[in-house]
Amino acid sequence: MKSNSEGLMINGIVSYIDRDNIDTDQIIPTEYLKSIKKFGYEDYLFDGWRYKDDGKLGVKKEERDVNKDFILNNKPFSESKILLTRDNFGCGSSREHAVWALRDFGIKAVIASSFGDIFYNNCFKNGVLPIYLEKNKIEKLFGLVKKEVVELSIDLQKRIIFLNNQDEINFEVDDHLIERIIYGLDDIDITLKEKDKISNFEKNRKITRPWIYANE
Amino acid sequence: MKTLYDKLWEEHHVTQLESGESLLYIDRHYLHEVTSPQAFEGLSKKNLKPWRLEANIATPDHNVPTIRGNNFNSEQIKDEISKIQVVELDKNCNTFGIKQFDIKSSKQGIVHVIGPELGYTLPGMTIVCGDSHTSTHGALGCLAMGIGTSEVEHVLATQCLKVSKLKNMLVRFEGTPAENVSSKDIVLYFIGLIGTAGGTGYAIEFAGSYIEAISIESRMTICNMAIEAGAKVGLIAPDETTINYVREKSFLDKETLEKAEDYWTNLNTDEGANFDNEIVIDISKIKPQVTWGTSPEMVVNYDDEIPTPMNVPKDNKKNIELARNYMGIQDESKLSDLVFDKVFIGSCTNSRIEDLRQAAEIVKGKTVAENITEAIVVPGSGMVKEQAEMEGLDEVFKEAGFIWRDPGCSMCLGMNPDQLKPYERCASTSNRNFEGRQGYLGRTHLMSPIMAAYTAINGTVGEPS
Ligand code: SF4
Repeated sequence: MKSNSEGLMINGIVSYIDRDNIDTDQIIPTEYLKSIKKFGYEDYLFDGWRYKDDGKLGVKKEERDVNKDFILNNKPFSESKILLTRDNFGCGSSREHAVWALRDFGIKAVIASSFGDIFYNNCFKNGVLPIYLEKNKIEKLFGLVKKEVVELSIDLQKRIIFLNNQDEINFEVDDHLIERIIYGLDDIDITLKEKDKISNFEKNRKITRPWIYANE
Repeated sequence: MKTLYDKLWEEHHVTQLESGESLLYIDRHYLHEVTSPQAFEGLSKKNLKPWRLEANIATPDHNVPTIRGNNFNSEQIKDEISKIQVVELDKNCNTFGIKQFDIKSSKQGIVHVIGPELGYTLPGMTIVCGDSHTSTHGALGCLAMGIGTSEVEHVLATQCLKVSKLKNMLVRFEGTPAENVSSKDIVLYFIGLIGTAGGTGYAIEFAGSYIEAISIESRMTICNMAIEAGAKVGLIAPDETTINYVREKSFLDKETLEKAEDYWTNLNTDEGANFDNEIVIDISKIKPQVTWGTSPEMVVNYDDEIPTPMNVPKDNKKNIELARNYMGIQDESKLSDLVFDKVFIGSCTNSRIEDLRQAAEIVKGKTVAENITEAIVVPGSGMVKEQAEMEGLDEVFKEAGFIWRDPGCSMCLGMNPDQLKPYERCASTSNRNFEGRQGYLGRTHLMSPIMAAYTAINGTVGEPS
């Protein structure tokens, strides 16, 4: 398989939001789900916290009342590629727009102590790496990022986070998931290789469970 | 010995992929206007067609205005951007040949309400939809879960979902509920107990004497909110109640239905099957539940004190403080001290006929309190609306000062004209009290239709009487 060499390392400044249960409605509010596009969500990431006004789809950042206190609005965090947060990040709605907003903003990895199931899954389909770490490690990272600007290097293949080139933290993620990011695999192509098996399964099911195939 | 989830998993297992993931065959796929446009676009770009057209059923719900009247069509939606999305669904369904209950249809409604009531959700099915509340359909004994837009495209193209197996959790609700306690209270209590991440990674099977005793509508309320406990799958084994429900809604011919019933009757967890986690809850002591904060787990008995940063463990202080701030809770110590502005009875959690009956029972002959500027009832579907009108429930609500609407997601989320204004406080029968969920800076308190009806009449979360 051809690997995407850029996909092997994530290097960047860490921004952080110190709270639990950040749901996908916070990552991107409902208003922006009205878009029928797959890109262009960067200005709406964490909209409710990033701005002091009520946003509308299509209204650009420059026209908004920006909340200067919010971390992503300030340099160098506005360039950040890694987001540190706490428990149950991405819970709630299944909207993939939440991942699109993180991706479009430039976030390539999110570090948290746990994630909502559907969000976690959606991440890998869009090249965003969710990394879960135990709570004490999250605590330690928060201790660091609150003191100074921290740069991390994340080695996807070895599954190691390098901290300011001194400390190392190992993390776990299923092979098939991370390979999707490293190689940029397309799920539909992979599944369609099994199309005979699916057809056979279906043929058989039509006989054993005919009610599934009866339509009004 | 297997659990119900194990059996549904095996029944739909097509093959295991090299990656270790499995391909699960999908029996039913529901679509709505918000999470499908990018999936259809992807399909077109790859020059693919839906694998099995008849598996798909679509309806617009999130964006539709709930004051429409007769003969309203997609082009008449005032909000230009909402209109694009609804029109896009019309276009995609036409282009690809997918059955849609469109905005003009008398059967249109919230996707999770119409599926079961039109007989499209059947026990033992795998069901997916680009919406996290797909767990609702688990109430009929389905393996049902919410998926993202990439997966919507994948299911359209392949009729399969690529997944890894979840862990099994059994939650047994035992006992008889107290007066004024409905399944909404039971599930809110449960979420308060295990937290919004408590079910992450699990398929939760709900069982116990309470579950056996309640209707399919009440069961749907519970499975609907499994996702609020972090579990993308909630399910309940089919029983006589389920089969009676399905029989009534079914469009199957007699012979096929009988064959199906034989299968459904034996579709349950084997005795002695192993669960990774088991919880038993005595529900007889549960009081009506009302959320005070910005996560469904921030819930208390309607007459309890609201938590303060002083009386919770250290690692939770910040969450409590942020939530109290957002919700505008200052010196008030109890929920009954808060003054409400709006009441919303609706959403895929509580907009079925049983919910409306329960609320109507309470508001009958009474009047909405003066401080409530707007109290709306939004039936979950055209069918629910018709049934309620036949029973005269609409008149009961209207006489009390409620506004009777057309079906849709309405004030459950701020995508259509029904929204809270900044700082407005709302008694809502929906499922999420997240910041801004019902409108920018709006404040949501989740509760049952019974408690929402009382709040409308009292103007505050009062003593049910
Ligand atoms: S009613 Fe609310 S929760 Fe249910 S599908 Fe609509 S927006 Fe989602």
